[in-house]
Amino acid sequence: MNAPFFKYGYFGDDLSLVVAFIIGIGFGFFLERAGFGSAKKLTAQFYFTDMSVFKVMFSAIVTAMIGLYYLGVLGLLNLSLVYLTPTYLIPQIIGGLILGIGFVIGGYCPGTSCVAVSTGKIDALVFLIGVIGGIFVFGEVFPLLKVFYYSSNMGNLTLPQLFNIPYGLVVFLVVLMAIGGFMGAEYVEKKMKK
Amino acid sequence: MNHQESQINFQPKPYMNPYLAGIGLGLVLLLSFVIMGRGLGASGAFSSLLSAGMEKISPEHVKSNEFYLEYLGDGTTSPLKDWLVFEVIGVFAGGLLSGALAHRIKKDIEKGPRISNFGRLAFAFIGGAMMGFGAKLARGCTSGQALTGGALLNVGSWAFMLCVFAGAYAFAYFMRRQWR
Repeated sequence: MNAPFFKYGYFGDDLSLVVAFIIGIGFGFFLERAGFGSAKKLTAQFYFTDMSVFKVMFSAIVTAMIGLYYLGVLGLLNLSLVYLTPTYLIPQIIGGLILGIGFVIGGYCPGTSCVAVSTGKIDALVFLIGVIGGIFVFGEVFPLLKVFYYSSNMGNLTLPQLFNIPYGLVVFLVVLMAIGGFMGAEYVEKKMKK
Repeated sequence: MNHQESQINFQPKPYMNPYLAGIGLGLVLLLSFVIMGRGLGASGAFSSLLSAGMEKISPEHVKSNEFYLEYLGDGTTSPLKDWLVFEVIGVFAGGLLSGALAHRIKKDIEKGPRISNFGRLAFAFIGGAMMGFGAKLARGCTSGQALTGGALLNVGSWAFMLCVFAGAYAFAYFMRRQWR
């Protein structure tokens, strides 16, 4: 097996759009299944009453991370061909903080708002219009932000490279951290129910 | 009468176990890595949509702005003929499918009992705008950065993810009237 299939030219651009649609269906399906079409369920994470956001996110990250690691080790997937967003640390920290505050104000994130629109949420539709508005503002002020946007460039950088420890060990540590987090989340939810 | 009866027959089903839903989501993400060599996304599709719209309204203005130009490409194909655009159309469809199967499709405004509909919609717009702006600054949102970059152990994505949680927890107190 030579994966990623698309990068090895097994199929072309047109078929990749069909793949995009099908993968999107899977993505939207599980987001809605998890209850992420509901702003109240999503924001409950930040009041410690329902920790589903953390549980779903980290189960997903751990699943995909372990899959990537083993497919890489077995030589079935060429990890160097998987797209990695370059790290620009400071803009990503500031962007993350703005996005986090926006999350608890708006009640959704861009992906979850799509499934919320599909299930009839008017607030999600207004949220999505806001997202496009925010991107518009970013686009308009981009010439002024350009220097900051390209600052603190660290290139393509992974945690194993940063700390100079083996890939497998980082995977193991993230799994341990996630399990600890899941136990903590269950404990907090029980506490909050009392 | 009929309406009430149908509501009784079509009670929304409970949500899936979060760990199982997460594993399902993780497998979809893994499939995307294996088939395409890239992860999931959401905000990028709306950048393409906006850029395509802006080009229709004001082609001259768009030409002078690098941000829009990046999404418009070389002009040989439509900016909407884009991987993330098709993926996000799928997200809408997948949400609809799951919601319909679980009888969860209902016109509604999600909010706590202590805020007006108008207040909630105003916050939805403001929060959405912050999300759109923040996602562009961070080069991705919860899907493209936290989920995708998280699984790839990308340094910037992990920093981003910690900051999303930090920002949301720090500001949650001020938004309690909207949700609790």
